[in-house]
Amino acid sequence: MKENAMDNIKISAKNVQVYYADNHAIKDVNVEIEDKTVTAFIGPSGCGKSTFLRCLNRMNDTIDICRVEGDILIEGEDIYDRRVDPVQLRAKVGMVFQKPNPFPKSIYDNVAYGPRIHGLARGKADLDEIVEKSLRSAAIWDEVKDRLDAPGTGLSGGQQQRLCIARAVATAPEVLLMDEPCSALDPIATAQVEELIDELRQNFAVVIVTHSMQQAARVSQKTAFFHLGNLVEYGETNQIFTKPSDPRTESYITGRIG
Amino acid sequence: MSDPVKPSLLTLDARTKKRNMAETRFRMYGLAAIGTGLAMLVLLLVTIFGNGLGAFQQTFVTLNVPLLESKLDKKGERDLAKIKKVSTFGYAPLLSQAMEDALAENGIDSDLKAKKQAALLSKSAAADLRNFVIANTDKIGETVEFTFLANSRVDGYLKNRVTRTSIADDKSINAEQLDLVDELVAAGVIKKRFNISFITGADASDQRPEAAGMGVAMMGSFFMMLVVLALALPIGVAASIYLEEFAPKNWITDIIEVNISNLAAVPSIVFGILGLAVFINYMHLPQSAPLVGGLVLTLMTLPTIIISTRASLKSVPPSIRDAALGVGASKMQSVFHHVLPLAAPGILTGTIIGLAQALGETAPLLLIGMIGFIASNAPDSVASGLLYPNSAMPAQIYEWAKRADPAFYERAWGGIIILLAFLITMNTIAVLLRRRFERRW
Repeated sequence: MKENAMDNIKISAKNVQVYYADNHAIKDVNVEIEDKTVTAFIGPSGCGKSTFLRCLNRMNDTIDICRVEGDILIEGEDIYDRRVDPVQLRAKVGMVFQKPNPFPKSIYDNVAYGPRIHGLARGKADLDEIVEKSLRSAAIWDEVKDRLDAPGTGLSGGQQQRLCIARAVATAPEVLLMDEPCSALDPIATAQVEELIDELRQNFAVVIVTHSMQQAARVSQKTAFFHLGNLVEYGETNQIFTKPSDPRTESYITGRIG
Repeated sequence: MSDPVKPSLLTLDARTKKRNMAETRFRMYGLAAIGTGLAMLVLLLVTIFGNGLGAFQQTFVTLNVPLLESKLDKKGERDLAKIKKVSTFGYAPLLSQAMEDALAENGIDSDLKAKKQAALLSKSAAADLRNFVIANTDKIGETVEFTFLANSRVDGYLKNRVTRTSIADDKSINAEQLDLVDELVAAGVIKKRFNISFITGADASDQRPEAAGMGVAMMGSFFMMLVVLALALPIGVAASIYLEEFAPKNWITDIIEVNISNLAAVPSIVFGILGLAVFINYMHLPQSAPLVGGLVLTLMTLPTIIISTRASLKSVPPSIRDAALGVGASKMQSVFHHVLPLAAPGILTGTIIGLAQALGETAPLLLIGMIGFIASNAPDSVASGLLYPNSAMPAQIYEWAKRADPAFYERAWGGIIILLAFLITMNTIAVLLRRRFERRW
């Protein structure tokens, strides 16, 4: 199943600059993110990794003062093209946030919401199937199958986060963006979500922002190190953590900066 | 440690003592403040109920009235047009007769002239009787038991408002009449009982305070609230959603925001004169109509609703918006599917409080003529309810309070009880709705 590296590129960012008003938050980032791979963005707080992640599904559009330059291509199509509707894009590029944020609705409705608004289900049975499949792929089906009508906000933190992953998966995205998905979870829930991320890699390109270098080392195949808005180093996770080529990367992973 | 005496934890040092004293003092101030507030509230309620409960009771005189054919329908044709020609003057002798009969029946002797005896009845008695006869022409010739309102002086006498000393300069009643009242009360002809028509009836002229009621003004208030609800809620909520969720943040929206806050502080009488100038003088909408009153109150309520709606939209956590956008909902879907339902309890509370404010508002109604107007009948349709001249509850209370006869003063307090009952009901609904919506998850 070894594919040609060029064919395997899902997202390709070229000369991306992001400005918050006058603040140059992302400086000339070039990166190619592979399909069916977990890519981790690491770096100290405020280095721009979350900002860059939010460029990939144009969530930054909701911030008035934010301006993005450069090209971000998903399978060769520029997502910042004037013809692209960000709403349509976000169905294709799902997102999981730092804090679990289920809707204050039932577990079922949480997952069914995306398919409903995108018209993905052809009927009740079809929708049921999507919900089950999504909950299964988020490894939470067994825990909630008997109480799909219970409120999603009543679950534990880790369950809520997996519910949010199920919700993101339900719209059949091609890319899954995760913004520090485990930072609000305890170690056991974190382990469950990490295991899940590894499974999700079978079907999606997963991009994860994390503060924990151990987590990056555990779940990702590729790692990008951001510092002060620059992409300092990008490569195989093994290589980044064992033989970093840039001194700044080395200082960070050894705990001297950050 | 160079300190010679080691301080003990068991004794308080000067600083701690001072601090504790300050805290105790502050608690005292707080208690005093709350106590004063409560005392005022109790005083207010005691005054209102003490003065106003009387208005719900009214003195009635029950008489057997001979509906003499010779007076009402000389030819015996039962022709309604002709019966209608008999004015209230024609009924006066019947009332005198009925009074005389009642005295004779109970063995009461009185030196008073028949006219003075009949003066114990309300001035509306003849009209009430005439209305009854016109509605029931078949009863002509019979003797009918009829309950009349007693004159407000008689009513006042039974409620201790009118006393034998207070009538010294009163031309409408004298001591002999009061003697007669005493005897009639003893005989059970004059009785005080609950008066539903104070709640349902229309206002009455200066001469007949005993007949005045709140009902028609209540309808006026009701139709105004209908207008306010139908306009202020959708406009206010739409404006808030747009400003909060969609509008770009720039100097124009800043100016709009400042202006909305300022509008909320504009005295209501200013809205009244605006309504007079625009709705009545320029648009030629009918004067004194609840429609106009409602429009003016809508203007007044809008800022309140917009401010409370924006506050409740702001209080919805941004993570919900992110979640909705993250699964590919459009801005509008995220607002209507997720943000608005979460903000609904706050919006509802704000709206009901705005409505309650509008319900109690008097000043703007003064300027558009919804005051001093006596509507004799309740409106019979929504259109007439909106377009025909009417008053409103607070305006009616104000009107009663400024009339000379103390009997109206009592009704003003009674009206306040009704108004308060409405406001308390509305606030209770607000609280209940809030609870209901918030308990969902």
